[in-house]
Amino acid sequence: MTALSSASVSPRTVDLLWWLPRAAGLGLLAFLIFGPLANMLIWTVAERWYFPHALPIDYGFSYWGRVFAPRGNAVQSLVASISIALLTVVGSLALAVPAGYALARLKLPMRGVILLAFLVPQAFPNLPVYVNIARLFYEIGLNGTVTGVVLVHVTHGLVYAVWIATAAFAAVDRDLELAARNLGASALRAFADVTVPLAAPGLMASAIFVFLESLDEFTGSYFVGAPDVLTLPLLLYSAGAGGNYQVASITALLLLVPSIAFMLVVEKFLRADVLAKVGQ
Amino acid sequence: MGDDSYLGLQGVDAGYGRTRVLQGIDLSIGKGEFVALLGSSGCGKTTLLRAIAGFALPERGVIRVGDRDVTRLPPDRRGMAMVFQSYALWPHMSVAGNIGYGLRLKGWKRPAIAARVAEIGALLGLDGLGGRRPAELSGGQRQRVALGRALAIDPDILLLDEPLSNLDARIRLSVRHEIRALQKRLGITTIHVTHDREEAMVMADRIVILDQGRIAQLGTPEAIYTRPESAFVAAFMGAENVVRLDVVSSGGRVDIAAGPLNRAASLRLDRPAPPSGPVEARFRSEQLQLRSLDDATTADVQGIELLGTIEVVVYPGGEWRHSVRIGGASVLVDAPEAIAPGTSVLVRVPVSGLFLFSAPTASPVGGSPASTDDTAPVREKLSA
Repeated sequence: MTALSSASVSPRTVDLLWWLPRAAGLGLLAFLIFGPLANMLIWTVAERWYFPHALPIDYGFSYWGRVFAPRGNAVQSLVASISIALLTVVGSLALAVPAGYALARLKLPMRGVILLAFLVPQAFPNLPVYVNIARLFYEIGLNGTVTGVVLVHVTHGLVYAVWIATAAFAAVDRDLELAARNLGASALRAFADVTVPLAAPGLMASAIFVFLESLDEFTGSYFVGAPDVLTLPLLLYSAGAGGNYQVASITALLLLVPSIAFMLVVEKFLRADVLAKVGQ
Repeated sequence: MGDDSYLGLQGVDAGYGRTRVLQGIDLSIGKGEFVALLGSSGCGKTTLLRAIAGFALPERGVIRVGDRDVTRLPPDRRGMAMVFQSYALWPHMSVAGNIGYGLRLKGWKRPAIAARVAEIGALLGLDGLGGRRPAELSGGQRQRVALGRALAIDPDILLLDEPLSNLDARIRLSVRHEIRALQKRLGITTIHVTHDREEAMVMADRIVILDQGRIAQLGTPEAIYTRPESAFVAAFMGAENVVRLDVVSSGGRVDIAAGPLNRAASLRLDRPAPPSGPVEARFRSEQLQLRSLDDATTADVQGIELLGTIEVVVYPGGEWRHSVRIGGASVLVDAPEAIAPGTSVLVRVPVSGLFLFSAPTASPVGGSPASTDDTAPVREKLSA
């Protein structure tokens, strides 16, 4: 900078010169993020598109019709995906609410170890774990069932559910519960009237995380569910593997919409005081 | 209190985990009485209140209400209501929802709850605030809502955990009297935890002074102020001036030989005299006589006369406050007229304001609790 200004270049020019790399950097970043997304969006409305052409040759919605046709599997797998995700949320919260409350309130020995234990399903390579789970589930008849897939998703989602629920309960001042007990509320009543409403935003956020994780989960669903239980990611995989980019893109878009919508909601629900307590 | 004891504690020990906070607390409180638990932070006063409320189970001992043993009863079945230091108002409920919650738990009908909430609101000056959330209230209003929530269920015992400490100083003074007047009118047995001596004195029928988990002294404000039983209580009640003396006591009489710091004196005490030997003489800075040595007349009042030099004089309002160096210690003396620093003076402590406690033997002669912080600027001590 000093070298530039001593060469009698006005500060204004220097500013302009600095704008160029900055704009280029930001543009590249935007392209890296939105480029693939734009590509996917274009594919959803492309009828014909091959190599030398930078853009599709024909546009149209015929593939949308095919995806949503009765024998197109999309509606069916959308329903399967959402039901599995909802069941996963119910299952995870049923475990995470009592576990999170206990971890937040009780002075447990090895609390840190317990919290870390929920991370174990994520810590190991997914593939060998799910292959073995599939083998086990096959023996007890859970392979290819919705229950089996939900169980796999629950173990996977539990780390988010328990960690966020623990943080949400820890953020509720103990005196607020004691005040309710003091005025005559039983432990359960105080929990329902005071703790749950105050922890609700955090619990909501943990439910959304689990929902999105389940909606996106592929490896476990593939080994445990396929081909009897067909979720959206599995449909996306077979469409993509079959070279049908239109169907794959439409399916990907279906997956993307709830993710983005819920992320905006989560951002509203997860307050800073809860976030600060995650993993503590 | 004997037979008319309403709330009784016998040999209560309590603590958190391995640390014992309370040791062998015996306390008996009459129906309708206002008792203040007074002590510095960490003395166990809040732990005691929480043990009574049922939030912490005592490790040993018995807690009774009337003829009911409540030691192991959960907090919701004790018929007590507490006002928390943080107020602990539920942020997701309105003011009316907070006040009416206890009644909802009792299964009252909606109109009856509304009527009671309105009644409490009128009593505490909360009219028109029923629909607000706690976050929309001022500190004083929140404190009233917390009190109203506790009073709404018409509790047998009201527990107050430093409810005034979060209010600013001016409101605090008037709220003291309001709470006291309300308590008298409703006749609720009340236990009030505080670290503010004046607050305890003004509000309570009786004061319990706690020191390191034990009851240091129990009595009416006047008894504790005028007849402290230990050096700790005397210091807590404002007798922070300390001078070391050697006494010879016989019967109710205490003789002090003349020394470099004091003239000879022979006192007749109206309270038990300490045994012969080194004593800690404690007194407040008020009601002393301060004379320049030149024009000091002989005393016609009973008391001790200390010799010292004026170090600093300041005017905090009312009387002039002098810091007087007596040997290794310095004491604070209030007098109507200022005496210039450097003057040799005579401090006369009347026997009514003099508290003698046998001194711990280990400490060196002339060294006193007050002199240990001699390095602190004198001016700072004066403003304390």
